[in-house]
Amino acid sequence: MAATKTVPRRTPGKTRLETVEEEPETTRLVVPVDPGRDHIQGPLAASLTLVEYGDYQCPYCGAAYPEVKKIQKQLGSKLRFVFRNFPLSRIHEHALNAAETAEAANAQGKFWDMHDFLYEHQDTLGDPGVALGFAKKLGLDIQKFQHDLSQHTHQSRIKEDFNGGVRSGVNGTPTFYVNGLRHEGAATAKELVKALEAPK
Amino acid sequence: MKTSGSILVAGKKAPNFSLNSTPDQKVSLSDFRGQPVILAFYPADWSPVCTDQLSLYAEVMPEFKKHNAELLAISVDNIWSHLAFSKDRKLNFPVLADFEPKGTVSRKYGAFKEKIGEAARALFVIDDKGVIRWSHLSPDGVNPGADGILLALENLNRNQPVVQG
Repeated sequence: MAATKTVPRRTPGKTRLETVEEEPETTRLVVPVDPGRDHIQGPLAASLTLVEYGDYQCPYCGAAYPEVKKIQKQLGSKLRFVFRNFPLSRIHEHALNAAETAEAANAQGKFWDMHDFLYEHQDTLGDPGVALGFAKKLGLDIQKFQHDLSQHTHQSRIKEDFNGGVRSGVNGTPTFYVNGLRHEGAATAKELVKALEAPK
Repeated sequence: MKTSGSILVAGKKAPNFSLNSTPDQKVSLSDFRGQPVILAFYPADWSPVCTDQLSLYAEVMPEFKKHNAELLAISVDNIWSHLAFSKDRKLNFPVLADFEPKGTVSRKYGAFKEKIGEAARALFVIDDKGVIRWSHLSPDGVNPGADGILLALENLNRNQPVVQG
């Protein structure tokens, strides 16, 4: 598919020297949005797509959370928003458990409720009782919810999200993809809306 | 950003080195002959971008291991800083001290910034025969991620280069 490159190649702002085939697609989302598996808010056929790779314990993701809400409010049905897991579990000890908590809620159709709750209660992630209380409030089957967590039922899906993100050049959290391209600007509503609405 | 020349490119023999990974343990590149090695030179322990980069690599380690690859991180910080840094970030690969004489190994790879006295943020993928097969230099403030490394590891078995010496 890609052309063979055998000479050193320079791109502005970075130097890439290689003799391998295929330039790494560092800035492109390599795992397409899949309505059968992805967590999506907004119409599937929306003209604009925002994909976030996020970690529930990451403070920068916490700061980006209300920005995404603003973007969704502003763009309405023109936007579909996709959230994928990218827990940096070695530096954020509760990140993987939080991702599993959201996925366990997803298994009962309540992903976004739990996703929002976790970002709104980032400081309580160390206490599993807090999310459990919310799961009860949501009316989830608690036995199944706890079973999913203790058996790590959804860990493989989270790892799939993570590895797909690595292949797309996710290098920290949050990383956003705007209409399939990595967003290099600030993770603010203003910058992201500007990028989303830029002519393609 | 001024480095000492430019970084070594694919096709070059990777210069051997022997650096401390702990106060009484040395790691040599030649220890890993027969398997791929990823070298990650980075400017300094504790700076935020480095933290992200090496923390990310710690998470991606299972993917590197699928290629039987070893990762060696190298900066000019001393071994005590490395040990504290490595413990704090729960790193699962050796972090080597290019400390005395400062920057010797970074220089050999063309990855030393003379004016600042730090290693550049440079990546190398070396094959099982000790030949550089891919290299990449990032601006200091840019975390290069792991996608380029993974692609280079996948490409190792596809095209065997001619060694340039």
